[in-house]
Amino acid sequence: MAVLLDKNTRLIVQGLTGKEGTFHGKQAAAYGTNVVGGTSPGKGGSTHEGFPIFNTVANAREKTGANASVIFVPPPFAADAIMEAADAGIELVVCITEGIPVVDMMKAVTFLERHPKTRLIGPNCPGIISPGKGKAGIIPHNIVREGRIGIVSKSGTLTYEAIHQLSQVGMGQTTCIGIGGDPLIGTSHIDALKLFKDDPDTEAVIMIGEIGGSAEQDAAAYIKAEFTKPVVGFIAGQTAPPGRRMGHAGAIISGGSGTAAEKMDALTAAGVRVVKSPADMGKAMQELLGR
Amino acid sequence: MLARFGVPVPRGEVVFTPVEARAAAERLGTSVVVVKAQIHAGGRGKGGGVKLARSLDEAEQLAKQMLGMTLVTHQTGPEGRKVEKLLVEQGLDIARELYLSIVIDRAVEAPVIIASAAGGMDIEEVAAKTPEQILTLTVNRATGIIPFQARKLGFGMGLDGAQTGKLVKLLEAIYRAFIETDASMIEINPLIVTKSGDLLALDAKVSFDDNALYRHQDLKDLRDLAEEDPLEVEASKFSLNYIRLDGNIGCMVNGAGLAMATMDIIKLSGGEPANFLDVGGGANAEQIKNAFRILMADTNVKAVLISIFGGILRCDVLASGVIAAVKDLGVPVPIIIRMEGTNVDEGKRMLKESGLNFATADSMGEAADKAVALAKGGK
Repeated sequence: MAVLLDKNTRLIVQGLTGKEGTFHGKQAAAYGTNVVGGTSPGKGGSTHEGFPIFNTVANAREKTGANASVIFVPPPFAADAIMEAADAGIELVVCITEGIPVVDMMKAVTFLERHPKTRLIGPNCPGIISPGKGKAGIIPHNIVREGRIGIVSKSGTLTYEAIHQLSQVGMGQTTCIGIGGDPLIGTSHIDALKLFKDDPDTEAVIMIGEIGGSAEQDAAAYIKAEFTKPVVGFIAGQTAPPGRRMGHAGAIISGGSGTAAEKMDALTAAGVRVVKSPADMGKAMQELLGR
Repeated sequence: MLARFGVPVPRGEVVFTPVEARAAAERLGTSVVVVKAQIHAGGRGKGGGVKLARSLDEAEQLAKQMLGMTLVTHQTGPEGRKVEKLLVEQGLDIARELYLSIVIDRAVEAPVIIASAAGGMDIEEVAAKTPEQILTLTVNRATGIIPFQARKLGFGMGLDGAQTGKLVKLLEAIYRAFIETDASMIEINPLIVTKSGDLLALDAKVSFDDNALYRHQDLKDLRDLAEEDPLEVEASKFSLNYIRLDGNIGCMVNGAGLAMATMDIIKLSGGEPANFLDVGGGANAEQIKNAFRILMADTNVKAVLISIFGGILRCDVLASGVIAAVKDLGVPVPIIIRMEGTNVDEGKRMLKESGLNFATADSMGEAADKAVALAKGGK
């Protein structure tokens, strides 16, 4: 089993006719994901790279039975795309787009509250991959292998790093989820941990966080109270200067809070095996599971 | 900017010379004027950047002292900021100083108003020492500020009925400004209550959501490039995310998380990063070249560590960018490359066949160790 995305997933690509949408739509299909079509307002009725194109998500869902969507539309239109997918009843919406204004995301998050069946992943994230089953997003599939470790991460390339380290020591993954580093996101560390908790095939989890906010501390409290599977944790930004935004909109230490040290302490106190070096994630998991 | 949305602010003029300061004070016509250094950082009062003048002569004198001085506050960093312009403002009979700010709180995914009766001071200090003096209000994203919520804050800060009525209007105006300008923070400190019972925003600091600047040309024009690190400005022209730091190992990484993690691992290996640099997910050879140019403009850099995990950014693209940059720019320090992911074998082959001298590494740890050793080698 995997979480969120498996062989039953029927994926559409919002913004399929764009450069990124085209490339990653084809990549997902090449990996075996059931990509059933895409949307591009005004181009409905045509086909692109063999995929049927629809004007609206509602139309695409009706014609293809899509239950998941991955969004590659540019930032000014991305919040709109998220809301359109939710309105059409898509259960899993993965928004890759980076740079969506916070005010737009506030609208989207408010809208999603009335659409509890829709789960948003991201925005500003690499998406999801369930090795051997499929992917929605941009995670390179040549580095994954099937196995029993779940990954949840705020950072895209650190997700790849974690996958790579696990695969190199012979440990595969159930599902890897990049949740994104923006201030407002659809799925939190806790949400992802809850999914992994209920997945019998996920034996342990790597959780990657970064400076800013308190999502990692909240996750630590959840792990302490309810999560019994082994967790390896890493927090990026241990050496980041306060007051500067480190790339991700959310990655900023403000007023002395949101530091890596405070997050690492909270996770350690919750029984998480916290590694200081990002190079040690795979090794730590190996040791933790006694392999 | 706040005045445009109906937030009451004192009258004042921006000036660039002592003579202009005197003329402005004369036009304002109040017995006392306030001379304020205009820099893009908070904590000016404490740093000596806000002073009272009781005569026209004094206004001119203060302007002479402040223009050109370097102001150091807890937000400018130790090097401080040079004062290029001043704001001369009407003097006011201040009865009380309050604090008001609005920011996005990630935990509740909504804007939050923070208010305190202890205005004019460093709010971080107030929060640490007397947290009971801090009032917060979570704004409902769908409704905006509701008057009863604003009244609660007003009475909570000890305002009377009439003043609270004014606060309700002021908060609504600030919230409108926050949403319509895509601000990420508006901080009014102090918000003053005059002896006649008026509320005025005496000093304000606003920061904006970079992601939304595309729809605010007027705000883009406000950006004062002279106040920013020239290398950071240069980097932003090429959509590179660069932050200059104090160390001697230049870093070039794709992805914000991996870039931070690379800084971390350099430190763990006993070195100091010279910068944070995220070239982004979709960088092309041209951007890589520009990134190199910016990295090398920092003369502290004694070694360059490149750590790339190719997803969208393919390793062969990176390799060709690096090779072109080194050939064109003649990089005089050792370069350590660690790459993984899409087209990695092709990328490695290109580096090898380029005839240039690169150190390579197979893991982040090995790359950091090599970079630290080479930077110390001083070659």
